[in-house]
Amino acid sequence: MPAVTETIDTVQSVTEGTYKWGFETDIEMEFAPKGLNEDIVRFISKKKNEPQWLLDWRLKAFAIWKKMEEPVWAAVKYPPIDYQDAYYYAAPVQKVKPKSLDEVDPELLRTYAKLGIPLKEQAILAGVEGAGETPSDAGRMPVAVDAVFDSVSVATTFKARLEKEGIIFCAISEAVQTHPELVRQYLGTVVPQGDNFYAALNSAVFTDGSFVYIPKGVRCPMELSTYFRINAKSTGQFERTLIIAEEGSTVSYLEGCTAPMRDENQLHAAVVELVALDDATIKYSTVQNWYPGDAEGRGGIYNFVTKRAHCRGRRSKVSWTQVETGSAITWKYPSCVLLGDDSVGEFYSVAITNNRQQADTGTKMIHVGKRTTSTIVSKGISAGRGQNTYRGLVRVAPTASSARNFTQCDSLLIGDQCGAHTVPYIENRCMTAKVEHEATTSRIAEDQLFYCRQRGLSEEDAVGLIVNGFCREVLKELPMEFAVEAQKLLQISLEGSVG
Amino acid sequence: MLKIEGLTAEVEGKQILKGIDLEVPAGEIHAIMGPNGSGKSTLSYVLSGREGYEITGGSVTFNGIDLLAMEPEERAAAGLFLAFQYPVELPGVGNALFLRTALNAVRKARGEPELDAMQFLKVARDRLKALHISEDMLKRGVNVGFSGGEKKRNEVLQMALLSPKLAILDETDSGLDIDALKIVADGVNALRAPGFSSLVITHYQRLLDYIVPDKVHVLMNGRIVQTGGPELAKQLEESGYASVQAAA
Repeated sequence: MPAVTETIDTVQSVTEGTYKWGFETDIEMEFAPKGLNEDIVRFISKKKNEPQWLLDWRLKAFAIWKKMEEPVWAAVKYPPIDYQDAYYYAAPVQKVKPKSLDEVDPELLRTYAKLGIPLKEQAILAGVEGAGETPSDAGRMPVAVDAVFDSVSVATTFKARLEKEGIIFCAISEAVQTHPELVRQYLGTVVPQGDNFYAALNSAVFTDGSFVYIPKGVRCPMELSTYFRINAKSTGQFERTLIIAEEGSTVSYLEGCTAPMRDENQLHAAVVELVALDDATIKYSTVQNWYPGDAEGRGGIYNFVTKRAHCRGRRSKVSWTQVETGSAITWKYPSCVLLGDDSVGEFYSVAITNNRQQADTGTKMIHVGKRTTSTIVSKGISAGRGQNTYRGLVRVAPTASSARNFTQCDSLLIGDQCGAHTVPYIENRCMTAKVEHEATTSRIAEDQLFYCRQRGLSEEDAVGLIVNGFCREVLKELPMEFAVEAQKLLQISLEGSVG
Repeated sequence: MLKIEGLTAEVEGKQILKGIDLEVPAGEIHAIMGPNGSGKSTLSYVLSGREGYEITGGSVTFNGIDLLAMEPEERAAAGLFLAFQYPVELPGVGNALFLRTALNAVRKARGEPELDAMQFLKVARDRLKALHISEDMLKRGVNVGFSGGEKKRNEVLQMALLSPKLAILDETDSGLDIDALKIVADGVNALRAPGFSSLVITHYQRLLDYIVPDKVHVLMNGRIVQTGGPELAKQLEESGYASVQAAA
């Protein structure tokens, strides 16, 4: 809880209305030619030194994509995207692949340091072998980071420490080389190539992302995280993340993302696949802070993302938590297919749209196994001329006897030019299932603001405090380190929304 | 401390305050009494800077500074505190966090160092103990699910923490049982000092048995119509506002 006050202090030092992650890193880059065709797909595959099966897999995806049309059902508006007018591969030039963090380009390390992402293993920096075993800050768990810069992963920390537990945490392109059998077994089994337009595009041209494998019975000893950074101009980022939790294992994974401020729109089309086997638990948290565009809606990231989890095992559990503050447009529905009996799916979401931002986000909970349960808590905040839509599906198959779902969708409006929409679909084909849906829409009341201001809080701090209170149920699901970051973001995202 | 001269104000085009003249010297407690609709709450909101109240004339100075030119939070930082008639609920916002945020905002504006969570807790515990309020109060959401009495106690706790120079109590006694009334009165009496003033707005004389005012003003139809000592409150209790109206 002290975090909020800290937030308020921090935010006061930030210049109003600026996106502080909007800087550009000047670094020598290598690009594929602009545009998208089979040669580009082959180029990317070759760059990554991929086996034939993966190239074939990509080409199949590309063939499917060419026949597909962009979805138009979401409540978002944008001019047509010219898919030929973008780079599909951009990577910092590296003469040799760095074997350790010491060999990573210092400019990249500086970039991540500036973003507040330490690409160092605290104790390892001191040069003491084995010192990495104990967290240097008392009581503070280290976080392993995979850093993805445009199209490639530039560094992954704590790999050795994790390997001791049998955990694989690396760039997916690396996993293709080192654990091809695992990648081949699971890739595309949760989100198939032809799942949707953007997933097909991603399958054809995905460049990097994280790969996580937690062996049977292992509880991952630290938070795993990936930090995505789009830097190059006119470049799309297509990352692919695959997480496999074997029987009885547990993992908490976080992702964060930022991009420079630009007048152009840039495309980010990611695919995330999660597989949880018997008694496994995956907690997946996102703090999405792509550049949202300016106050007039110029520039910003188009965030078209497909995230899905298969709870394949009995009593398996997947929990999605997302804080969506950035992007010009957000189109994402992190979902759970609850196959195993007694499996559990959760979706906790905060989505903020300010200025001209548009978000169409929610979840799908597909109940197949017996006694499966799902919980959906969605908090949408609209300010400025922002448009915020919750779109969700709860489907209960005839096999899912005694399945249960609880959905709560709350919308908060700030000002009188924004919009909040709730589109819940419920398809129940099982007599013994119980599905509940609650929804509210409210405004920040004038008396709440005045009460806070009479106690000495500025109007913006008061809004921040009230919004943080509104989102509390979701924010408390975030790992501690991220909760602080998320609270700051909520406040910054709403700057200029009052008064 | 507080000087009001010829203050007139409107709400939604309707004139509510019709020329208030009032001076509260430092160290004094003044009561404002009046029937419903006389402008008591409007006066407290105008002094604290709530939106929707249009000032059409007159002036208010607070320790020599033009109060009406300041934002509500600036008035708070300058030492003005309003205990609300209906304290507002802030769902999901912890009371401890809210109190600390408020205290630090005010401290910062006064150039005093801010308190961290531990320092705050120590100060808060002292105040709670002095006011005989349970520590559970800190753990709950701001006023959420509070009984009427608990909400008022929370106002008094905030007042004690923020140590204002001028505390305006807007019918803080309404709906309170005698125990809660004593807590409110103790809270105000504990702050009594040469540099502290208070404006106690009330409908009934009851609260003034516990907070003995230096002066009592009767507000009717947007004007102060009578001023006297504590005995005026007792007189009103017996003969009602009608007698004053007749006299005025």
